[in-house]
Amino acid sequence: MELFGDPAVWLPWTFAALMGVSILIYVILDGFDLGVGLLMPLADDDEKDRLVASIGPFWDANETWLVLAIGLLLVAFPPAHGIILTALYLPVFIMLVGLILRGVSFEFRAKAPIAQKPKWNAAFFVGSLMASMSQGFMLGMYVMGLTWTWAHVGFAMLTAIFLTVGYSFIGAAWLIGKTEGRLQSHAVRWTKGGIWGLILGIGAISLATPFVSIRIFDKWFSLPEALYLAPLPIVSAALVAYIWWELRNLPRSDDRRAWGPFIAAATLFICAFVGMAYSFYPYVVPEKLTIYESASAPESLFIILIGTLWVLPAILGYTILSYYIFRGKASDLKYDIQEQVANEEAT
Amino acid sequence: MGTLLLSRIQFGANISFHILFPTITIALGWMLLFFKLRFNATKDRKWMEAYLFWVKIFALSFAMGVVSGITMSFQFGTNWPGFMETVGNVAGPLLAYEIMTAFFLEAVFLGIMLFGASRVPSWVHTGATFLVAFGTTMSTFWIIVLNSWMHTPQGYELIDGVVHATDWFAIVFNPSMPYRFVHMLLASGLTVAFLIAGVSALRMLWGDTAESVKSALRVGILTAAALIPLQIFAGDMHGLNTLEHQPAKVAAMEGNWEIGPNIPLVLFAIPDQETRSNKFEISIPNGASLILKHKADGIVPGLNDFVAEDGTILHPRVSAVFFSFRIMIGVGVAMLALSWAGVVLLRRRGAGNMPKLVLLAFTGMTFGGWIATLAGWYTTEIGRQPWLVQGVLSTKDAVSDVPAGMVLGTLIAYLVIYLALIVAYISVILYLARKASKGQPLSKRDYPRGGEAEVYAMQPGE
Repeated sequence: MELFGDPAVWLPWTFAALMGVSILIYVILDGFDLGVGLLMPLADDDEKDRLVASIGPFWDANETWLVLAIGLLLVAFPPAHGIILTALYLPVFIMLVGLILRGVSFEFRAKAPIAQKPKWNAAFFVGSLMASMSQGFMLGMYVMGLTWTWAHVGFAMLTAIFLTVGYSFIGAAWLIGKTEGRLQSHAVRWTKGGIWGLILGIGAISLATPFVSIRIFDKWFSLPEALYLAPLPIVSAALVAYIWWELRNLPRSDDRRAWGPFIAAATLFICAFVGMAYSFYPYVVPEKLTIYESASAPESLFIILIGTLWVLPAILGYTILSYYIFRGKASDLKYDIQEQVANEEAT
Repeated sequence: MGTLLLSRIQFGANISFHILFPTITIALGWMLLFFKLRFNATKDRKWMEAYLFWVKIFALSFAMGVVSGITMSFQFGTNWPGFMETVGNVAGPLLAYEIMTAFFLEAVFLGIMLFGASRVPSWVHTGATFLVAFGTTMSTFWIIVLNSWMHTPQGYELIDGVVHATDWFAIVFNPSMPYRFVHMLLASGLTVAFLIAGVSALRMLWGDTAESVKSALRVGILTAAALIPLQIFAGDMHGLNTLEHQPAKVAAMEGNWEIGPNIPLVLFAIPDQETRSNKFEISIPNGASLILKHKADGIVPGLNDFVAEDGTILHPRVSAVFFSFRIMIGVGVAMLALSWAGVVLLRRRGAGNMPKLVLLAFTGMTFGGWIATLAGWYTTEIGRQPWLVQGVLSTKDAVSDVPAGMVLGTLIAYLVIYLALIVAYISVILYLARKASKGQPLSKRDYPRGGEAEVYAMQPGE
């Protein structure tokens, strides 16, 4: 444990990094599948099935990253977990209801009587909307230091809308890569329509963050620290410009660079996240509690870390395996021989 | 009602709703693996049909379990911040191991198990099915370790009121863990056995004569008949373990107020905590002493020993524990009687020719496992009160200071959603069963045999 110096310093740092990576992976992965859910009302009935099929094999594992992130907050920084979640009691509740509605709708829309399908499609959309809005709201409240004032709630409402549009944007970008034909053309249109959400969202948080505290302001606007941060806005601007340019040429008949917008969008999320992490470090509850003050006992963190070093590569490995197995354009999801038989007889 | 009681009800509601679905998926995962392996070995279509019918119910149950499980992981922080602040050093690593070794395994391979049949070789699909079943069991292991540690904590020291782990082996293999783990796995096995038998019986009542339904009924009844005696034995051992470590809980389960020898087994009574006595008691002399100590004059703990000198009650609410325990035992006895009667009838008449009354009885018991499991959990969890972690942390010290109105509001919303989802879940199972029974019997079609059958069945058409 003494290998890297004081374990009360490097262990909390390592866990903060692990938690950060989990949140980031969650935001990108569940971001696109929540986004696909948000696009449901824009799609016609056949497209709806294809939309769901494009995320069917992945959504469950994607949400597990949220459980891991919240689990790491819980196990590594218990006091912070308590403060953050009691402060965000209501939005957390709304998010949970959203995730419940959405998760069960995946199954019910395919298994309930056909007459109920529109209802479950609606529940799928509403669930995705509740989850996205509440996550955006929590993001805004977190940036504002978790205090409930009218101004903060107003700001959080804005970030709720921006993140939701941002999710629909990355969801649409996922669909460009994952679909073909008419739906792919629609996806290009939806991606164009959603990009402003991401730009405004990143912009709003970037404008607000330095004014939350003098400490962050100094980190941003005093030399040489400002230079460390400088690549982020430059890279972000370049990515937005690339997406804008690429979308004008998509979809191509040979499907070249169909994954470009998604990869660029994911990179944008990474830039925004790195900027936030850099600004708020070392605080886990903004300006109140640092990761070092709230960390669990080193011996407990160490026993988790040993397991993590073995298990995390395996998780990443079989997650990649799963994306590899389900590569290519989305096709209808079926594991039901009887539906197959019915379909064959119908044709 | 204050925040404490409302938070307890809310957590109870969430975890009750949640446990329904893992109880199904733990054993159903293994059952699906069994169906798949039987199909691989025999190439008989009926096993694939059984697999394809039950995998849908598995997928549905799994989704319900996942989303209600996410709720659980947040509830620790929103309602019980004191729990992790005090025992986080022990609970944290156990939960982390559950997420890392079980949740991801289940979630990723579930995708391959459900939708990957046409994209991977058959053995990879069988392997994915195994890993999903294995993942659900690992998940059970870790969560039972944590839950058992809350009942029988050891391997820790208290420094400034915070628990620090000293011996992880002692924590993981705490005294009640093996009993609780076996008891829960068997509970899951029984729940699934009766679910499969019940739905199959219903399909037969609806006139379904498919071979896959007969086989499923047979598998359900035989599994139930084999597991129920094991469960009664495991439950008895678990009870003796509880007697050793949590005598107040056993006193409440037995409805025994005064410690002493020759304590009767109370079959029915209405325990009254005000007068500290039982009303309308019907009992068997020396019964409790015989069960708990295996001799007629064995000493059985009494509830009056768990009242502090200032009158503070240090035992759980008696009626809740007392009745939950009796409901669990009652369902267990019904399971024993029905499953063994079922075995006799299977031998005499065969699965295709079961009496209507017996099919109705199995249909009635379709969700019997749920009731027994919930009643069992209520017995053990309410039985631990007023402690959250026995002897270490009391429940009232862990609750958050969220306003009662907020807890009540969200509680009502959760209850409405859960009720709606339970109704939807059961109706969809009935609908799927109805559709499967009405649907063109697959055996009438001219199917390829042998190895080709597998290719046909496992490759969804485009």
